[in-house]
Amino acid sequence: MADIKNKKIKRRSQWDEIWRRLRKNTGAMIGMAIVFVMVAVACSVDLIYDYDTEIIAQDIPNRYLEPCAEYWFGTDALGRDVFKRVVYGAKYSLLIGFMATVVSTAIALVLGSAAGYFGGKVDNLIMRFCDIWGAVPGLMLGMIIVSLLGPSIWNLIIAMGLGGISGKSRTVRAAVLTVRNSEYVESARSIGMPEWKIILKYILPNCMSPIIVAVTLGVAADIISASSLSFLGLGVQAPAPEWGAMLTSARENLRYYPYLAIFPGLAIMVTVLALNMFGDGLRDAMDPKLRR
Amino acid sequence: MGRYVLKRLLMMIPVFIGVSLIVYCICGSNTRPILMKVGGEDMTLEEEAELKHELGFDQPILIRYVKYMGGMIRGDLGKSHITGDDVLESFLQTFPLTMKVAMSSVLVAILISLPLGIVSALKRGTLTDNASMVVALLGLSIPNFWFGLMMILLFALNLRWLPSVGYKQGIKSLILPAITIGTGMTARLTRQTRSSMLDVLRADYLRTARAKGVSESRVILHHALRNALIPIIATLGGQIAATLAGASVTETVFALPGVGRLVVNAINDMDVNMVTGCVTLKAMVTSVVMLLVDFLFALVDPRIKAQFAKGGKKNG
Repeated sequence: MADIKNKKIKRRSQWDEIWRRLRKNTGAMIGMAIVFVMVAVACSVDLIYDYDTEIIAQDIPNRYLEPCAEYWFGTDALGRDVFKRVVYGAKYSLLIGFMATVVSTAIALVLGSAAGYFGGKVDNLIMRFCDIWGAVPGLMLGMIIVSLLGPSIWNLIIAMGLGGISGKSRTVRAAVLTVRNSEYVESARSIGMPEWKIILKYILPNCMSPIIVAVTLGVAADIISASSLSFLGLGVQAPAPEWGAMLTSARENLRYYPYLAIFPGLAIMVTVLALNMFGDGLRDAMDPKLRR
Repeated sequence: MGRYVLKRLLMMIPVFIGVSLIVYCICGSNTRPILMKVGGEDMTLEEEAELKHELGFDQPILIRYVKYMGGMIRGDLGKSHITGDDVLESFLQTFPLTMKVAMSSVLVAILISLPLGIVSALKRGTLTDNASMVVALLGLSIPNFWFGLMMILLFALNLRWLPSVGYKQGIKSLILPAITIGTGMTARLTRQTRSSMLDVLRADYLRTARAKGVSESRVILHHALRNALIPIIATLGGQIAATLAGASVTETVFALPGVGRLVVNAINDMDVNMVTGCVTLKAMVTSVVMLLVDFLFALVDPRIKAQFAKGGKKNG
């Protein structure tokens, strides 16, 4: 009897199970590791480098140096160390990517869960809105909003966040529809729980998987779109070392100083690749049916 | 069938009204860039007020929109505030190039992704499969403006095989943009082809086909691929629509005078008529492509054709 009592029964929650499956996926783990390193770097760049003297300060005598031992990625037209600027740029891309996804996901959670849970007229209204909002090409919408608000990091985040609403709302709605008629929701309703509480307590926690996957892949897509907007001059402005903005200035001298264009682009690619690998792995881990 | 098409076409109307309303209201609420450009930086306050009145910018935005919409119904999308060009004319002048780029990139994507996806699915778990999936993931993660720059660097500046920017050498000028846009498309399509092929490869009808002695290539191409085609076409349709609507970044990189660049320039000036007109037309093109994709479904899949014939398809 005592034996049985002492024996710990290992309880595996749904999350343990997902983590166990995710751990077996090498690609996803590599992606996750890179993302963690990137986030750590992005959070600590202000401690490592001094923005005014090391990132944007000009050093004309040392301009256009090819990559060497002292300047790993060379120096740009104003003599600034490209390596430091690329590292510092992680802050912008990750901040914009994550925040834009937070904005769009927050709005999509409200719209999508209302549409999915209440159905009928509410659903119809919200979905028709999403149809229209989504019919404006995403990048165009972002460009128009940034042009109206003026180019800055926060305006870029708002613009990209608003651009991602309709796609994510559909994802949330579809996920909500799968659990809306479950017994536990019905029982919560039968004891007179308020609707908003049912959505928060029973509906959303039970349909998180597709939403989490959409968020991870959404950050990757938003990082690309944000750097595209900056590249077009509609995002973060020079002299800030945003990767897209760095490519704009590198483009002018592509023929003579190609290394200026190579590294910022590689940085975007590695970040997005890591997020995509992680997101793909997460999707496989969360939905074993899709696993192949 | 006819009724279904009519219904779909009618359903587009509110979308266009909504799109034009959103774009007009966002873009039209800041008229300063236009005033500055038309009147010059150093105009006096009186001159500015006069210009505002002349352009009708002193009226509330909704009234201006209703007026614009009135023109739109009659097929008049207005004139650019900056250049004075007719919006519809400008769109029609630049659209063929965008169309050409889009179609060549679709060609690139189909030629690479279908074989690659099929082989990946057949050789699932092998080195070939893993390698092509890694390549596809890379293709998804590469920002296309940077990829375009790298292609210019390699093929135009170093090897001098192809022109770098502009549209002066005909088809040769389209190769690099087509590959640039085609890469992301190829990546998505390869992944979709692989996963929908995997879905059908285990199906019983393939075993039946093999059992009755159908050759392996025919089993794969005829029996398997045809059944896997629906999600592939859906992905492709979405990609074509997105390219026709939003190749603005690639067009800017390669300095191609297409619709994308027209809109980017118009947005920079907040040229409200041009932006609203072009974005609405782009939305129209997208909707039409999606409708065509649905027809393709019916062509490929007799079950969907039967639904069409019944006079309506659920979920459009």
